[in-house]
Amino acid sequence: MGLVDQVLKGDKKAAARIMRLVEDDLPEAREALKRLYPYTGRAYIIGVTGPPGAGKSSLVDLLVEWFRKRGEGVGVVAVDPTSPFSGGAILGDRIRMQRHSTDPGVFIKSLATRGHLGGLSKATDDVIQVMDAMGKDVIMVETVGVGQDEVDIVKTADTTMLVTVPGLGDDIQAIKAGILEIADIFVVNKGDKPEADKTVRELEMMLDMSTPREDGWKPPIIKVSAVKGEGIEELMEALKTHRKFLETSGRFESYRKDRVVCTFENLLRDKLFQTAIAKLKGNGSYERLISEIFNKRKDPYSVVERLSCQCELESKRE
Amino acid sequence: MEKDERKVKILIAKPGLDGHDRGAKVVARALRDSGFEVIYTGLHQSLDQIVHAAMEEDVDGIGLSILSGAHMYIFPTLIEKLKEQGLDDIVVFGGGIIPTDDIPKLKEAGVKQIFLPGTALEEIIEWVRENVKPRAVSL
Ligand SMILES: Nc1nc2c(ncn2[C@@H]2O[C@H](COP(=O)(O)OP(=O)(O)O)[C@@H](O)[C@H]2O)c(=O)[nH]1
Ligand SMILES: [Mg+2]
Repeated sequence: MGLVDQVLKGDKKAAARIMRLVEDDLPEAREALKRLYPYTGRAYIIGVTGPPGAGKSSLVDLLVEWFRKRGEGVGVVAVDPTSPFSGGAILGDRIRMQRHSTDPGVFIKSLATRGHLGGLSKATDDVIQVMDAMGKDVIMVETVGVGQDEVDIVKTADTTMLVTVPGLGDDIQAIKAGILEIADIFVVNKGDKPEADKTVRELEMMLDMSTPREDGWKPPIIKVSAVKGEGIEELMEALKTHRKFLETSGRFESYRKDRVVCTFENLLRDKLFQTAIAKLKGNGSYERLISEIFNKRKDPYSVVERLSCQCELESKRE
Repeated sequence: MEKDERKVKILIAKPGLDGHDRGAKVVARALRDSGFEVIYTGLHQSLDQIVHAAMEEDVDGIGLSILSGAHMYIFPTLIEKLKEQGLDDIVVFGGGIIPTDDIPKLKEAGVKQIFLPGTALEEIIEWVRENVKPRAVSL
């Protein structure tokens, strides 16, 4: 039995091997993803974002426990930044979740961003696809993020959870600037600390002052303590409510369609670009065109227009 | 960094109940600073947890730090468990307080290298670079 069939049976090792192909961007990855595709699109995807040290991993660990108690299969993708200096990374989110690693119903994957901007790694969506095809019911994606740039997660997740903690004065400002609009659930962790209530009030005020969301969802603020295990039931309830909102409003479906559009267009863009470049280099016109454009004998706009016309003439209806 | 160069992934773990993980953390950081992706699982790991983490993270090497004196049990058992899971192509190495007499026995059991306290970090990194390569994958 090949790796793909094993993944469809929920096999961890096979899934990990395919994820590695995806991460290292090897040609076989695409073959595997092609065959897994029909089995994807079923998992409920939760994004967990917030500043470093907020307790995201600790919280994910507890949520895994709760989902498991309900009998759901759980995947976790934990993304950490690659060092821009060495290209290496230390991926330490597992430390908080290791007790689940021998559970056959749980799959935990650490990913380094590998230079990809936007808070997620390039491989994240494909790794999620593999977990989805494995049959995971819930997939949690942990990413570091407080600012405006790290909003990838919103496109990837059905429900986005922002985890914040008391005593991060400046980060609250950052949240105001960026993530306020995109978090579906606000979590104030470290609720065991006395300043937590103040943070909750500040957030409430900020939300009250902001313009209501277009979709009509009013993001709840949940105070939890990951170390004491408090507030998790309320958080699970909030997740359930949001999921129901997504389903009744048709968004669960439309988000999936948006993701299909995004995947399709990205693949199309990459493929057409690569094909065009390969053709031009193959027939030797690439260098010539570049130097003609450089010498102002041609302009890049007309060259590209002419090339894309040629491409249209060749294209057949799919 | 070459664009299509595969990254080497290393799991650094501290099995058993003993002490601190300073040494393990120093090695983890040095590996990161040399371009490796290090999965760090922290203290008090059972061997089953280590094997499962290695499987899920699809690592190419496992480095263990052992200060407890239990190395003659831990290393061979880990290697046995890796074999059971079909993960025997993962390179196992380690460091800690290990009598030199035990080193040949550990190597015979399948441990690729042992680093004694005081080994220069550069030496460890160089060894890992030479000996741990991305494992082959086929569909
Ligand atoms: N006091 C307190 N500390 C917490 C809580 N949750 C997590 N921590 C601690 O905060 C630190 C960072 O936690 P971690 O889950 O790794 O945060 P992450 O970086 O957001 O993933 C750890 O030392 C945790 O023990 C909490 O509810 N209360
Ligand atoms: Mg974390």
